[in-house]
Amino acid sequence: MSAQADPAQRVAIGLSFGNSYSSIAYTTGEGKAEVIANEDGDRQIPSALSYVEGEELHGGQAKSQLVRNAGNTVAYFRDFLGQDFKSVDPSPCHQSAHPTQQGDGVAFSIRDTEEDKENTIPVGDITTRHLTRLRTSASDYLGKNVNAAVITVPTNFSEAQKEALKSAAQGAGLEVLQFIHEPTAAILAYDARPGAQLADKVVVVADLGGTRSDIAVVASRGGIYTILATMHDYDVSGFKLDQVLIDYFAKEFLKKHKSVGDPRENDRAMAKLKLECEAVKKALSIGTTANFSVESLLGGVDFTATINRTRYDLLGNKLFAAFTRLVTHAVEKAQLDPLDISEIILAGGNSHTPKVAAAVRSGFPDTTTILAPSTSPTAINPSELPVRGAAIQASLIQEFELEDIEQSTHPVVTVTPHLSNAVGVLCISGDESSGVFHPIVDAETSLPVRRTATITTPREGGDVLVKLAEGSRHIKITKPEARPKKQDDRTEDDSDSEEDESEEEDELREKTWKVGNTLSEAAIRGIKKGGKVEVQINIGADLSVNAIYREVGGKGGVRGIISGQKANGST
Amino acid sequence: MASTVEIALPLPVLPGGWAGEKDFKPVGQLSAATDRNIEPVGPHFLAYARRKRHQRTFSEDERIQAQSNVKKVEEEDPDDVDEPEDPVMLQREAKDWKSQDHYAVLGIARLRHRATEDQIKKAHRRKVLKHHPDKKAAAGGDEGDQFFKCIQKATDVLTDPVRRRQFDSVDEGAEVEPPTKKETQKGNFYKLWGKVFEAEGRFSNHQPVPKLGNAKSSKEDVENFYNFWYNFDSWRTFEYLDEDVPDDNENRDQKRHVERKNQAARRKKKTEDTARLRKLVDDALALDERIKLFRQQENAHKNKRRLDKEAEQKRLAEEAAKKKEEDAKLQAEKEATEKAQKADSKKAKEAAKNAAKKNKRVVRGAVKDANYFHAGGDAPASQIDSALNDTDLIIAKIDHEELAALTSKLGNEKDAGKIKQIFKDEAERLIAAGKLAQADVKSLA
Ligand SMILES: Nc1ncnc2c1ncn2[C@@H]1O[C@H](COP(=O)(O)OP(=O)(O)OP(=O)(O)O)[C@@H](O)[C@H]1O
Repeated sequence: MSAQADPAQRVAIGLSFGNSYSSIAYTTGEGKAEVIANEDGDRQIPSALSYVEGEELHGGQAKSQLVRNAGNTVAYFRDFLGQDFKSVDPSPCHQSAHPTQQGDGVAFSIRDTEEDKENTIPVGDITTRHLTRLRTSASDYLGKNVNAAVITVPTNFSEAQKEALKSAAQGAGLEVLQFIHEPTAAILAYDARPGAQLADKVVVVADLGGTRSDIAVVASRGGIYTILATMHDYDVSGFKLDQVLIDYFAKEFLKKHKSVGDPRENDRAMAKLKLECEAVKKALSIGTTANFSVESLLGGVDFTATINRTRYDLLGNKLFAAFTRLVTHAVEKAQLDPLDISEIILAGGNSHTPKVAAAVRSGFPDTTTILAPSTSPTAINPSELPVRGAAIQASLIQEFELEDIEQSTHPVVTVTPHLSNAVGVLCISGDESSGVFHPIVDAETSLPVRRTATITTPREGGDVLVKLAEGSRHIKITKPEARPKKQDDRTEDDSDSEEDESEEEDELREKTWKVGNTLSEAAIRGIKKGGKVEVQINIGADLSVNAIYREVGGKGGVRGIISGQKANGST
Repeated sequence: MASTVEIALPLPVLPGGWAGEKDFKPVGQLSAATDRNIEPVGPHFLAYARRKRHQRTFSEDERIQAQSNVKKVEEEDPDDVDEPEDPVMLQREAKDWKSQDHYAVLGIARLRHRATEDQIKKAHRRKVLKHHPDKKAAAGGDEGDQFFKCIQKATDVLTDPVRRRQFDSVDEGAEVEPPTKKETQKGNFYKLWGKVFEAEGRFSNHQPVPKLGNAKSSKEDVENFYNFWYNFDSWRTFEYLDEDVPDDNENRDQKRHVERKNQAARRKKKTEDTARLRKLVDDALALDERIKLFRQQENAHKNKRRLDKEAEQKRLAEEAAKKKEEDAKLQAEKEATEKAQKADSKKAKEAAKNAAKKNKRVVRGAVKDANYFHAGGDAPASQIDSALNDTDLIIAKIDHEELAALTSKLGNEKDAGKIKQIFKDEAERLIAAGKLAQADVKSLA
C-alpha cells in the first residue's frame, strides 16, 4: 500500500459515480458545496469512455460515440465493479460494449489503442480511467492537484464492490477518504444548507436514476441519520422512461414512413433514437412541449416531431405509478405509515420530471413535503444531491488521518441502541381526562440523546405533575359511511372494478399516540400564572433516563434518574 | 442540537396527596432498544464519534461484537429462491408468450398470486442475471434469446397490476379443483375444500376472506362463511383470453367485430364463472357435515322444547289435580267439623233443655215446699193457683242461665220464708229490669 497522504497536503472533493452520470464538487471556504463543470461544461458527466483510433473520449463526447462507435464505447459499468460476472445484469449495455467474463470478474473487449486489435480491459481499469478524467477535470478547475475524495455509493454496495472501487480510485490518484451512502449524502446536502432546521423527522430519499431506482427510509434525529429500510429496483429507471419515448417516436416514424422500416430494429437508428429521446425527456422537465429531431434516422430519412408533456406523462404513467409504489413499499418495509413521513427528497436525474413528483405526491398525505424542482422552489437540483453531500463530508473530514476516519466509522462507533418507543409527557386536553401523550424524543432515535421541551401549565399556574411515559404511534382510521352494498352480478362492465378501489380509500387516517409504560412522575410547585415548565431529558446508551424539570425562568427545579436495563448487549 | 419541543397542551394539576422524594418518583423503565447502524456522516455524527471515542479505546472483541446484533437493512430473504427450471419451458418461443405460465418462467410458481411485487422483481432480476444472452454467449452456449424474451414478457405482465390481474384471473396453475363427492366422503372435507375456497378467495374484492374452518367452528362462523360465498364479489375478468384485435387501421369493421366478439365472450365467461362458483358452494354446503349437525342440533333443540313443554303441562295438570284433591279434603274436613259442632250444640241445647226442665221442676218444687207462699196451714186453692202462675211467669221470663242461678240459690232450701224471699228477690230483679210488672206477681206480695 502506498504511503498515507499527509492530511495537510490533501485536496479533497466530493464525487458521485453513477452508472449513467458522475459529478464532482468541492466545498468553498464559506462551507458551500459547488458542483464542478468539466471542460465540456457538463456538471452531469456521462460515466462513459470511448476510444477512437487510440484517442480516449470521456463523458458527453464518449456518449455521442454510441451512434457510430458503440463497440468501443464503455458505459453503465459502475455496478459491475467487484462483482462476479454471473451476478451482473448486462442489460444496460445493449447499445455499447457488452460486458464479458474475465476470470470471475467483468471486463470489456474494446479497441482502445491505435492498433486494430481488441484488448480486454477489466472493469476496474475502466473505472480508473473514468475517475482519472474526473480528477483531472476537478484539478483543472480548482487549479490544485486533487488527490482525495469522498465517494457516494448505493446502500446495497457490498464490501467487495467498495474494495474494487477503492483500488480503482487509488489507481486514479484518488485517496478515498470515505464511502458514504447516496441517500445520506442527499439528506446532508439539504441539512447543510444555511438556516436548515434539524427537526426530528423521517425522511424518504427516492432516487430515480438512469439504470435503477433506490429508495431509503431514514430516521433523521438532530443531524444523526439511521437508515430504517431500503428498496432497489432495476426495472423502474430512466432507461425505461427513455424506452417509452423511443417506442412513441418509432411508431410516429412508422406512421409516416412505413416502407422505411422500424428504427428500433437498426442499431444505429436505435442509438440515435435513444440519445434524442433522453434529450426530449430532459426538455420536457422544463418546457411543456419538446421537439424531436434526428437527421437521417433511418434509410436517409430525417425525422422531426413534437411531443407535449401531457402525452409523456400519460406514456410513462405505469412507470411513475410503479415508482410511487416502490416508495410506499419502502415505507411499509420500515414498518411505518405514510403519515410518519415528514419529507420525501426526490433524487436522481428523472426527479426533474414534474410527473414523478406529482405521482409521489399523490401517494402521500399533505403533511408530507415533497422536495423536487416542480414542487418546491427551494429544492436542490436532484442530480446534484449526492455529490453535494459528498463534498460537504469531504470538507468535514479532510484534515483527519485515514486511520482516524476508519476508527470513527467502524461499527463499534456506529452501532448504537435506538429507542423502540417515543418518550414524552402526558398533558391534559378537553376530551381526554387520562392525559394525552406528547412526544419529546421520537422512536428510532439513536442513544445517547438529549432533548428539551417546554410545556404549558394550567391557566392559574400552581402545582403541576409531569409524568414521563413511553408512547407508541397509532394510525386511527375513520371509515366513511358504509356504502350501499354492491350488486352481485356485475358482468356488465368489468372496467368499473378498478374505480371501486379508489373509492374505498376515502377513509380518514390520523396519527395518534397510545400511552405505554409510565417512566416517572415529578412535581413542580408554585408555578406563576401563565408560567411554563421546561423538561430536559437525557437518555443514555444504557437506557437510563436523566430528567431535569424546572419552571422556565424559575430557580431550582427537580432532578430525577431512572435506571436503565442494558440496551440489547451493546455498550 | 435539535430545537426545543414546544408543547401547547397544559400539564395536569398535581393531585392532592401526591408525594415523592425530592418531588420525583421513578415508576418504570424504558423498553429494550434496537441496535442499528447510524450513518457516519455529517457534523453531528462527527461530534458524537469524538465523544464516543474519547471516552475509551475499543478492544478487538468489542469491534467484532458491535456488528453481531445490528439490525441489517440490506438483508436478503433466505426463502426468496429460484425454482428448478423445466427444460421444456426453456425451449419456449417468445411469440407464444400468451400461453406461458408467467410465474413458472420467473421461477416463482410456488408463490403465484401471492407473490409480492418485490418478489416478482427479485425473481426477474435473478432470471436476467442467468439468462441474459451475453451470459449465454460467455458460457459458450448458443440458445438464442428466446427464453430471455419470455422472461421479459412474464415480467411485463406480472409487474403491471392490471395485466397481472387479467393473468391471475385465468392462471390455471393457481386453480384447485374441487374434490368429488367420493373423495370428500373419505373424511377429508376440511382439508380438501379448505384449499378450494382458499384458492377461490384470491378473486375476492373483500379481503380477508373467511376460512372454511373445521369441525369445531361455531355455527355463526359457518353461516358467515356460506353467506360470504353466496354473496361473493369477484374481480375475476376474462380479457386475457381475448382474441387478438387486428391493430392495422385499414380494417376498421373487422376490428370492431372482433372487439364486440371479445366483449360478448368475456361476459359469457363471467356469467359461467359466477354459476360455477355458486355450484361449487352448493356442493360444499351439501357435503358439509356441520350443516347436518347444526340441523340435528336444531331439531334436537326443537324436540327438547316440545318435551319440555309437555312435561310442564303434565306437571301443571298434576298440580291442579292435587290441588283439587286437597281442596276437597279440606272441604270435607270443614263440613265434618261443622257437623260435629252442630251436633254438639244440639246436645248442649238438649242438655240445657233437660237442665231447664229439671230446674223448673226444682223451682216449682220449691214453691210447693214454700207452701205456695201461704203463711200457716194448708194453702187455699186460689193461693196455689196464683203462686204457680207467678212462678211460671218468672220461669217464662228468665233464660236457662238465670233459671240455673235461681235453682242454685234455692238449692236445698226448705225454709218457706227464705224460699219466698228468693222468689221475691228474683221478681224484684225482673221488675227492675222491666221484664215484669208489680201487678203480675201478686202471690209474692
Ligand atoms: N433534467 C432532466 N429531466 C429528466 N430526466 C433527467 C434529467 N436529467 C437527467 N435525467 C435522467 O436521469 C437519469 C440519470 O440520473 P442520475 O444522474 O441520477 O444517474 P445515475 O446516478 O448515474 O443513475 P444510475 O446509477 O441509476 O444509472 C437519466 O435517465 C437521465 O436521462
